[in-house]
Amino acid sequence: MSTMTFGRAINAGLRKAMENDPKVVLMGEDIGKLGGVFRITEGLQKDFGQHRVMDSPLAESAIMGTAVGMAYRGYRPVVEIQFDGFIYPAFDQIVCQVAKLHYRTQGAVKMPLTIRVPFGGGIGSPEHHSESPEAYFTHTSGLRVISVSNPQDAYIMIQQAISSDDPVLYFEPKRRYHVKGEVDESVDITASSMEDARIVTEGSDVTLVAYGPLVPTARDAAIAASDDGISVEIIDLRSLAPIDFATIEASVRKTGRLVITHEAAQSGGIGAEIAASITERCFHYLEHAPVRVTGFDIPYPYSKVEFHHLPDLDRILDGVDRAMGRTNSLSGLEG
Amino acid sequence: MALNDVVSGGDGNELVQLITPQGERRQNAVYDRWVEDIDGPALQSLYEDMVVVRRIDSEATALQRQGELALWPPLLGQEAAQIGSGRALRVDDFVFSSYRENAVAYCRGVDLTDILRVWRGNASSGWDPFEINMATPQVIIGAQTLHATGYAMGIQHDGDDAVAVTYFGDGATSQGDVNEALVFAASYQAPVIFFCQNNHWAISEPVGLQAHVPIAQRAPGFGIPSVRVDGNDVLACMAVTREALERARTGGGPSFIEAVTYRMGPHTTADDPTKYRDANELEDWAAKDPIARLAGLLDERGLLSSDFTDSVRATADDVAARLREGCVTMAEPEAMDVFKNVYSTPNSWLDRQQDHYERYLASFDSTDSDSSKEVSR
Repeated sequence: MSTMTFGRAINAGLRKAMENDPKVVLMGEDIGKLGGVFRITEGLQKDFGQHRVMDSPLAESAIMGTAVGMAYRGYRPVVEIQFDGFIYPAFDQIVCQVAKLHYRTQGAVKMPLTIRVPFGGGIGSPEHHSESPEAYFTHTSGLRVISVSNPQDAYIMIQQAISSDDPVLYFEPKRRYHVKGEVDESVDITASSMEDARIVTEGSDVTLVAYGPLVPTARDAAIAASDDGISVEIIDLRSLAPIDFATIEASVRKTGRLVITHEAAQSGGIGAEIAASITERCFHYLEHAPVRVTGFDIPYPYSKVEFHHLPDLDRILDGVDRAMGRTNSLSGLEG
Repeated sequence: MALNDVVSGGDGNELVQLITPQGERRQNAVYDRWVEDIDGPALQSLYEDMVVVRRIDSEATALQRQGELALWPPLLGQEAAQIGSGRALRVDDFVFSSYRENAVAYCRGVDLTDILRVWRGNASSGWDPFEINMATPQVIIGAQTLHATGYAMGIQHDGDDAVAVTYFGDGATSQGDVNEALVFAASYQAPVIFFCQNNHWAISEPVGLQAHVPIAQRAPGFGIPSVRVDGNDVLACMAVTREALERARTGGGPSFIEAVTYRMGPHTTADDPTKYRDANELEDWAAKDPIARLAGLLDERGLLSSDFTDSVRATADDVAARLREGCVTMAEPEAMDVFKNVYSTPNSWLDRQQDHYERYLASFDSTDSDSSKEVSR
């Protein structure tokens, strides 16, 4: 067990995967000498060589498309998209090729790509550097989508993603890169599944679902809520496609109340999917309609107002109050 | 005369041509050496290939007209470009094509029925790419050029001397993916050949809408050597492809070939070219027909006996009969096949939907009225 930052944990996971399988190659912009703009791949080109840690020309569609070709040839490419908002030029290759080739070829062609995406806001960046585009990909069949919230999961799940024969989008909460945590590097990555959600803290009054950057925020909210006598059970989704509905359902059957929080825009998002699916699965156990606490349906705003957009502790607590039927900011408005 | 039809000019626009439209062998100081092994029987074999693939094409068009195929993209007129290049490849080379390269697939040894699966609607694609070292048809215009480049980067990593070859049309050259593929191929010096069949039409859009200079002129700007070849001359297409293959195999990096040809038929069987192109243009190109010109050369050399042409016709008819048989006897897919191979390992979302759909279908079965089934979670 050692203490390391979130970013260092991903680096250690990448290193382990590269040591274990010579077919693992890294592709992306500035990932070589520089080690990536966030230094996640720091030292890997020096240790594994330019042929396994490739600096790519600046064209995201081409990075993705050539990774597809590398996969045809038997490689396991790990592609770094420099920032969330830069993924769109690669969208066509991801949706039309990466996601569909296995289906198109009746299973003959596997696409074991891992697409690493630093995502989310809170770092004071200009436009295109703070987005949460995960729902575009959870809506695309053929892809697996995961998001990590802590260094231990980051270390394990990057390796699980790389070893998956299906393409995986791995969303990294960039504002948590410098958070430190305990990481057990001797853990057996096959002992757990990247599809399983994790109960972060147990509670009995309300189920609070979060993922990625908002898991620590949710934990803070749960502590604050307990001061008001509300027992919050926090679930870290970890997998966004597929979502581990069994874990959420078991929790909601116990608490009868559901709050979902994410930075991404509300409409058509992960929260909407969870609210609908849990309502379908355990309607009679719900004491209140599911509540979403999310980013607004706006382009990601400029940095001086971004904290109005991002759900924080108080907005989550307000959502918990709504689910509990307590006085809240919308009291009197709700049917 | 349109810019893209210039046959000579000496400024890099010159078409490599070894057989004239009249069937005369033109000497070429640069390219003759690449086909010096192509003797009489080899020429006859190329002739047979072109006749057979044209027969496959006409049979498939007929199958579509008869309702046996939903759609078919004819290659009529492009036989020389595809056979000349396709026959230059080695077994371990790997092809990434668009949807019109059925003659290339024929060269790769595809099972005839497999060509039709996608067009009959029985599968999303027809064959296992690793069995014939050719990816199945790509429908997103130009996307496959990146796959070929990435595959070539893999070859390079493996220290192998195979080559990736990608086929695309004049329309595709406007796509970002094709231009990005040229950048990446040049940057990594990947062993990949960009084989552009300029057939003059992207559905209804003439090549002049895509390019104001001959397409081959673009490649040097990326640092990639290029050549314009008469795409209706099977021998010239083979020569330039062999040259590019040799360059790639010996560490010389990528090459770009513009094969100037013509789509004599519609874009697909759903298209009506009379709405947008002039019949005179079609006549001009009919006079440059790839099969007729090789027949002319064979005839001049005494290699076009009636025994030979009868035998070729019989082979083509036999292939067409097998194609038709394979088409009409193709096994129908099952309902549950729609769920197969979305993922390589089980997926809880999809498993649940499949389970529910199975129950739904079973609800029509009068013998299965057991309503006490446990509801799936």
